[in-house]
Amino acid sequence: MSSLFEEIREPVAGDVPVRRVSITVNGVRRTADVEPRLLLAHLLRQGLGLTGTHTGCDTSNCGACTVLFDGKAIKSCTMLAVQADGHEVTTVEGLAGPSELHPIQEGFKDEHGLQCGFCTPGMMLAAKALLDENPNPTEDEVRWALSGNLCRCTGYQNIVKSVLWAAKKLQSQSAS
Amino acid sequence: MTQALDEIKIGGLGSSRKRVEDNRFIRGRGNYVDDIVLPGMLHMEILRSPLAHARIRSIDTSKAWEIPGVRLVLTGEMMATRNLAWMPTLSYDTQAVLATDKVRFQGQEVACVVADDPYIAKDACEAIVVDYEPLPVIVNPTQAMAEGAPLIRDDKENQHDNVVFDWQVGDKDATDRAFEQADLVSKLDLHYPRSHPSPIECCGSIADFNRATQKLTVYMTTQAPHIIRAAVALVAELPEHMIRIVSPDLGGGFGNKVPVYPGYVMSILASILTERPVKWIEDKTGNLISTGFGRDIYLHGELALRRDGKILGVRMHTTSDHGAFFSDAQPSKFKIGLMHSAFSCYDVPAAHLTARGTYTNKAPGGVAYRCSFRVTEAMFFQERMMQAAANDLGMDQAEFRRRNFVRDDDFPHRTPFGFLTDSGQYGKCLDVGLAAIGYADFLKQKEEATKHGRLLGIGISTMTEPLGAGNSREYDILGIKMFDSAELRVHMTGKAILRTGAKTQGQGHETTWAQIVAHELGIPAEDVTVEEGDTDTAPFGMGTYASRSTPVAGAAVAMVARKVRAKARKLAAHLLEVSEEDIEWELGRFYVRSSPDRGVTIQECAMAAYSNMPDGMEPGLENVAYYDPPNLTWPFGCYIATVEVDPQTGVWDVLNVVAVDDCGVRINPMIVEGQIMGGLTEAYAMASMQFITFDTQGNCIGSNYMDYLLPTAWETPGYELHEVVTPSPHHPIGAKGVGECATVGGPAAFVNAVMDAIKDTGVRNIDMPLLPDRVYEALTQRHDVSGAPPVRTDD
Ligand code: FES
Ligand code: FES
Repeated sequence: MSSLFEEIREPVAGDVPVRRVSITVNGVRRTADVEPRLLLAHLLRQGLGLTGTHTGCDTSNCGACTVLFDGKAIKSCTMLAVQADGHEVTTVEGLAGPSELHPIQEGFKDEHGLQCGFCTPGMMLAAKALLDENPNPTEDEVRWALSGNLCRCTGYQNIVKSVLWAAKKLQSQSAS
Repeated sequence: MTQALDEIKIGGLGSSRKRVEDNRFIRGRGNYVDDIVLPGMLHMEILRSPLAHARIRSIDTSKAWEIPGVRLVLTGEMMATRNLAWMPTLSYDTQAVLATDKVRFQGQEVACVVADDPYIAKDACEAIVVDYEPLPVIVNPTQAMAEGAPLIRDDKENQHDNVVFDWQVGDKDATDRAFEQADLVSKLDLHYPRSHPSPIECCGSIADFNRATQKLTVYMTTQAPHIIRAAVALVAELPEHMIRIVSPDLGGGFGNKVPVYPGYVMSILASILTERPVKWIEDKTGNLISTGFGRDIYLHGELALRRDGKILGVRMHTTSDHGAFFSDAQPSKFKIGLMHSAFSCYDVPAAHLTARGTYTNKAPGGVAYRCSFRVTEAMFFQERMMQAAANDLGMDQAEFRRRNFVRDDDFPHRTPFGFLTDSGQYGKCLDVGLAAIGYADFLKQKEEATKHGRLLGIGISTMTEPLGAGNSREYDILGIKMFDSAELRVHMTGKAILRTGAKTQGQGHETTWAQIVAHELGIPAEDVTVEEGDTDTAPFGMGTYASRSTPVAGAAVAMVARKVRAKARKLAAHLLEVSEEDIEWELGRFYVRSSPDRGVTIQECAMAAYSNMPDGMEPGLENVAYYDPPNLTWPFGCYIATVEVDPQTGVWDVLNVVAVDDCGVRINPMIVEGQIMGGLTEAYAMASMQFITFDTQGNCIGSNYMDYLLPTAWETPGYELHEVVTPSPHHPIGAKGVGECATVGGPAAFVNAVMDAIKDTGVRNIDMPLLPDRVYEALTQRHDVSGAPPVRTDD
């Protein structure tokens, strides 16, 4: 056995302070004991196994970690899990209904609004926050609303089209 | 009567088939490396050097070990006991895994901690105390070559200066003669700034060494899993069959995920030592300051011109900045990559290129950032020189290009530096582009605007570039030839699985490879599963970068499907009870030539392969193909941008962008257009805002997304796309590479447009990115603006 191997120590039980939080995630109330410094993004990904929320930059710039927080788009890498206590969070996994896709998801597929897919969950949730507020946005309004989310693959043109596609579909759905 | 299937309906060639991979991505069900959780998994964090050049006096890890939950702390000294402190690079140099003697760039890996969770590992990194003795810092080639410059690579025997290489190509004497005959010599000095591919997903790995089976499995962000397997076998001295590399879904690559990074090596060693899976997920700063950058090269360029606009000769001298280790990830034998593909679309009688590479105290790992190696720089230099020359001649920039294009009937054409281009309709592409942008109208509009003090400009960039390495004669990585592979297995019911040696990272292989199978066999694309990225199951291939997937792996897909069809033909003859010679093929079906109604479908042949094969025939319907392309593919791109520059602020807005791409036969037009728009956006990024620079102390400016600017949906212009189709003469389905074309050809269009707008100032060049303050400086001070580091205080 190498000398390095012998340097590996046994685990030492640490006294890490934890706090209990209770968050409604995708409509289901979840309770967890978390370290106060745990980021919401990490709770969602590692704690709850909802890996559709990605982390790209951990500096609030890329938007890959965007989720809906009480209906508003926020960057979950910039919020502590304890701050979400008592609130509602929607992740990409909560976007589709039990049997069918959300029109935003359909729009992204139909208009080729994604390539590697890494920015996509965040993009779609930012788009949802927009369409919930403004069901009939212009191209410029879509571009502005998504400007907190970076995409390195698509050049955005098809993402904008995807969101406009979804807006149309949502409107025709609510009309009928 | 033909009963051939409708190719578009079955998702064959030319169908804008919706993407298969989207089904999981839009549900948040992708499987990126950080999504993978293994039982008992530990987490690794890296401690990086804050200094760009310093001797390490000591490293004290004792405090880190004391933190509960810490399982392992590694330093260079410990790596050295296993002979792993240094590793070979892809360019036959060495690179430190963990620093032992000195740190040579800011962000270099100094130690790493493995702990129960990533938070603990980060805490422990902060508890490590490193005592550094600062050394003088070098941040550009001029400093590197200066008299008395400190020696960066004092670890290497026989290295007495900071020169990595001197190299040349072309015909010096012929070029000298051409310059003697010139009416006019047009000169230009340029810097293509350092940049970073910056996929939104950073690098990472999970190494899982199983002591019981002796098998090492590594899930990692790699564009080239088989190359990594070979590298791990060589570096870690493990048997190749006991190494399994899995590249799961990748959140973009763009060349960043080709090299072997120290983090991967450390996670492997850590797993071997702890006998637990070890996950390393890089943060954005780590990615931006330590992993493979692109570009960072200077040009002095000269064109020998005849008064009528004919180019007689080209001289280029490049000085490249490779950082602290020469770890360029490029497969060619040419030291400066494919820089000498410059001027391939023009008929230039003589050319000579000299190139010098230098070490500096900056991150290593030059990669082909969304390009074939150095082609982006080559085409940028070419198109900037073309515009300057047109201006020097007082000639229209479109006309000047047209006059020098290789003509459609001049193929195959030997380029001035020795490549062989094989096809193209350059003039037609330019015409399509000029018509789309409304060239003549714009020139009038521009003239009118000038009268009112407004600055409008138009920039053109036209280029052909070599995509799809091999052939194997000239291209290899560490001696492994640049071919690629595909393996196709048709099941009993006519459904199929295809595996290739490429690795998609957003290009949509799961969708497009199935389309090639549909085209060749008539099996509907939706009946074909595509798998890539697992070295235990995929055939050996060289991975995906440099737009080589379609030219090489895509060709292998067509070839393997043809092999399968050849066997299916025998089965059809057996089922139809005629001889093979009497059988004809139409999409999806074999039939008897003399009686076309008598036929069998490919699915019926598949069933027969398992249930009713002729005596003596091997059962099953599958095959594998390794494809070594006879030549590169030569797509052509014409990019035209119009801009308006604000004379008060130097801010410039894009008015219109037109792209005309000729990438041969398009497998899936929707996906091709998606790639072109993505490429144009990176071109716009380079031209307008995105670069990495350094201050005098070697501090990286551009270490996060607040300093390293990627355009958002708001800044990014809209694009108008057009196509011309000149099939590749040697590719089995006539396709050419395309993923990088717009990134390669695009930047010059934007820069030329801005330079055109401010032409009256007499300024010849502003280095990218054309930040407003640089444009403002050019406008007001009427001199060229350099972007070479160290950073200018007003940048
Ligand atoms: S990971 Fe949250 S903004 Fe980038
Ligand atoms: S699809 Fe790759 S980052 Fe947006």
